[in-house]
Order: sequence, then structure tokens, then C-alpha cells
Amino acid sequence: MFWNEKAECMNKEEKEKIQLERLQKTVKLAYENVEFYKKRFDEAGLKPEDIKTLKDIEKIPFTTKSDLREAYPLGLLAVPREEIVEVHASSGTTGKPTVTAYTQNDLDIWGECIARGLKMAGAEKDYIIQNAYGYGLFTGGFGIHHGGNKMGAITIPISAGNTKRQLDTMVDFQSDILTCTPSYAMYLGESREKAGIPLEDINLKAGIHGAEMWTDEMRKRIEASLGMKTYNIYGLTEVMGPGVAQECGEQNGMHIQDDLFYPEIINSETGETLDYGEKGELVLTSLTKTGMPILRFRTKDLTSLISEKCECGRTTVRMTRITGRSDDMLKIKGVMVFPSQIEKALLKVSGISPNYMIHVTRPDILDEVEVKVEATKELFSDEMKEMERVEKQIQASIRSETGIRVDVSIVEPESLPRSEGKAVRVIDERNFE
Amino acid sequence: MAVKQISIFVENKEGRIKKAIDTLAKENINIRALSIADTTKYGILRLIVSDNEKAIEALEKDGFIVKENEVLLLTVPDRPNGLNSTLAVFDEKGINLEYLYAFVSSKTDEAIVVMRLENMEKAVEALEAKNIKILETEDIKDL
Repeated sequence: MFWNEKAECMNKEEKEKIQLERLQKTVKLAYENVEFYKKRFDEAGLKPEDIKTLKDIEKIPFTTKSDLREAYPLGLLAVPREEIVEVHASSGTTGKPTVTAYTQNDLDIWGECIARGLKMAGAEKDYIIQNAYGYGLFTGGFGIHHGGNKMGAITIPISAGNTKRQLDTMVDFQSDILTCTPSYAMYLGESREKAGIPLEDINLKAGIHGAEMWTDEMRKRIEASLGMKTYNIYGLTEVMGPGVAQECGEQNGMHIQDDLFYPEIINSETGETLDYGEKGELVLTSLTKTGMPILRFRTKDLTSLISEKCECGRTTVRMTRITGRSDDMLKIKGVMVFPSQIEKALLKVSGISPNYMIHVTRPDILDEVEVKVEATKELFSDEMKEMERVEKQIQASIRSETGIRVDVSIVEPESLPRSEGKAVRVIDERNFE
Repeated sequence: MAVKQISIFVENKEGRIKKAIDTLAKENINIRALSIADTTKYGILRLIVSDNEKAIEALEKDGFIVKENEVLLLTVPDRPNGLNSTLAVFDEKGINLEYLYAFVSSKTDEAIVVMRLENMEKAVEALEAKNIKILETEDIKDL
């Protein structure tokens, strides 16, 4: 039922006591060993001893992605180099990559988080985990791997890609759990149908998916096409990797491993801390990591926190599905639009393929948005009138979800790029200079 | 009875129609009639071919989206106003025409029109009442 009942089902007093002790220790470690943190604390006139209550965390300055970039590659270590055993890095698509370094202790923490999540998804020691997250600098592959090892389950390090081999492995090994990005899970489901492999031939019980945003509509499709229950997992390279939080069988918010990571929600404009239930940007502080402790990291992910005990018995704070990132928000004709809203709108129209691309341009002074959707047998018709009706329906659905009018283009099946890692859904070609 | 036509979704991209036709040629499928309805972004390629089943299989294997549906094939005299007498039948009954295309066979003196009507059942009734012959798959086999 639980991987670590003591940690996952603690009462509030116990939890807060542990959190405070660990926070104080982490702050001291960071202040005394990392120049960056010392400088930030000194500038703010703050000393580690000033952190007397959990609430005092609000005095600590935020750490941002650009702080990590400036420290590239190993500028934020809190331990001597010889204690580091592994590094990972974010993709660096928007600048220099951000690096996270792990001590053996940190890898154990990571494994612990993933093992808790695997257990939430029903895993046992004899389960076969088909790990189709990419292995490499990306945290997905190795993170799940460390957790599988920690649990003692059988991990197949198949990595992402080679779809035929993924399907063969699913059938031959009768894999119990599939771990990969949601867009790749969707693609594997589609590919299974296309290859004519009956659902009875595969034995998947659970899919653990994360590293990109996905909607409930997408979840339904993955679950139907692979015959399994899916669990949303959350994490980020800067803080550790996947496993910071994950859904249990209730599928009602992701349990944050809050004895290991302290969550806060802030107003992303003012930086002010918000209450449970209020929507804002997630801020995370590591409580036990030693290689690269991280204090109040601004994730840019928009969510809210649920403090009530979950039906599953766990008392860990839950975060709701991420509805966007404060930086992947598109401002179109002055309206805030998140790609997830467009995805939601698309999946409401029946017969639509889950693959889409949002293309934003500004040919003159006004923004134009084209949403490309792949044609499917269900939505194709020999009559133009019918095709136009479908386009209008998609347009109306997007308009009611986002408030903006977009141009809808139906394109040939499989003509939009498929991703094995994070899906690229938005191409913004506007030039703001 | 109606004849079955196949329709293919083709994006307005270089070489897509050729690709579809190539696929059919490779399977030795004969195209009896063809038309394209197009917008700036995509087209609907409508075909009457010698073997629907084989055509659909080959096209789908090559990644095309294909639909099969019924159309009415009629012969009309190959002379001025030949088509109007037929269309008048539908007009009278208020049956809307969705689309129409025509081809001329080298073996007869008549033109053949392919029609899709809003209400296929009513259209067939109307034609039968006027004793207008609707072509069957058999009738176009040797054209």
C-alpha cells in the first residue's frame, strides 16, 4: 500500500517539526558552503539562525533558473567535488542548460521518491517496469531507474524511441508498468492500434507519465489505448528530477514528498506567499539534499496546493494538475492563452487526433494563430460542407476555451512531428524586438 | 443501386496527389473517374476505381485517409442541355446536389455523371419514377 508509511502518513505536527529541522539544516549547509547563497543572505541581511519557524522561509530570497545558469556547470555545490557521483542537466533549449549534481545520498533520496510513486501505482518487487523515458542527461530515464532499483523491481532501461521494439517488449516481457512522457504514451497507444496488437496481448497495469503538461482528455485516451491506469508524475531537473510529486490511485492531485521537498505557492508577480487552494507559482525547497541544496526555487509551474488528507490515507500535501507555466503562457492579442487550454478544446471535439501544433505569427501588427490538427478517418468527409463544419466546430471549441479566434488547418495524418521526449506544441514566430 | 466512390484527404503540398495516384498504379488499380474539390489548404480527391477494397488497403497503408461512400452514376446525352433534364428531376423534388463530376467514355456516345445528393434515397426514387437508368458497378466495368 505504502512504500514509506511513516513518511507519507505523518500527522501535521510531526511533519512540521521534521520540515523545520531539515530546513534549518539545509539553510545552514547552503549558507556555509555555497557562495551564491551566502551572498544572497548577506544582501538580504539574513542569517541562518533567523529561520526559527517554517513561516520564516518567506524571508529567504528566491532562486531562479537564471541563477542556476550563471552557476553553470558546478557553481552551486555544497559538498566537495569528490562526493558527487552523478550529474543531470535540463535540455537548455532556452539558453545554457541547468545542471544538477547528486551525491550518493541525493540519489538515494531520488530513488526513495520514485519508489513511493511506483508503490502508489501498485508496483511490487516482481513487477516489470518498461522505462521509456530517455536515458541521458535528461532526468526522466535515470530517475525512474534509480527508483526501480530502490524498490527491487525489474527495470527495463529501454529508453525512449524505437516504437516497434517498445511494443514487442510490452508483449514479450508482459511489462506491468510503462514510464514515459504522456505524448509518447499516446503515440505508443496509437501505434499499438495501428500494428493490430490486441489489448489482451499486453499486460500493462499502470503508466507513470510526466515531464510535460497533459490534460484529462489525453489521460482518457492513453488509458483506453493501452488498457491501463495512468499516474501523473511531477518533478524538475533543477530540484531533482521526476518524483517530487506523483498521483496515487485516487488521481486527485499529486502527492508532494513534503518531508523531502517543501512546497509553497506564490503570486508570480508580487512574490507574495499564497494560501492553500489559491492558484499561483510553485516554489520548492529541498530539505535533505546535500550535493546541491536548493532554496525557494521558482518552478514557473502554475498549480495550487491541497492540504486535506487524501482518501488513500496519505497526509502529504497534494498539488493540482499543472495548468500552465508562467513562461509558456502565450499572450495572443493581449489574451493569456496556455497550450493546455487549446489541447483541452481540441480533445473535446470527437474524432480529433491528439497531435496538434500551435503556430503564432504576427504578419503585420496583429497576432495570428493557426492550429494544425491531423485528419482522422472519423473527421474526414467526402463533402466539403462537412469538412468546413468540423473546422468551425474546432474553432468554436477553442474560442470558448480561450476566448480567441484561431485559424484551423486540417493536415495529413502523421505529418506533425512526433516526439519521444517532450512534445513541441507551440511555434511562436512573432518578433518582439 | 449506387456505385461506391472513394475519397482521399490530400493536403495542399507538393506531390501529394501524385503519391496517391502512384499508390494506385502500383497495385494495378484503374481509375475510371476522378475529381478534386479543393480549398487553399487541402483537397478532397474523389475517385471511381476498378477495385475499391484493394485501393483502400493500399492507400491506408501509405498513410492516406480514405472514405468510401455511395454516389449515383447516370448517363446523360453528350449534347447541349443534356445534363439539365436530369437535374430538373431533382429540382422538382427539392433534392439538393452536394457535388457532381462527369467523364466521357470512349465506348459510348453518352457522358457519365457522378453525383452525390443530400438525400440519396429520395434521389433514387425520383429517378426511378422517371425511368432514368442508374448505372451499376457492372455497367462501368468495361469503360
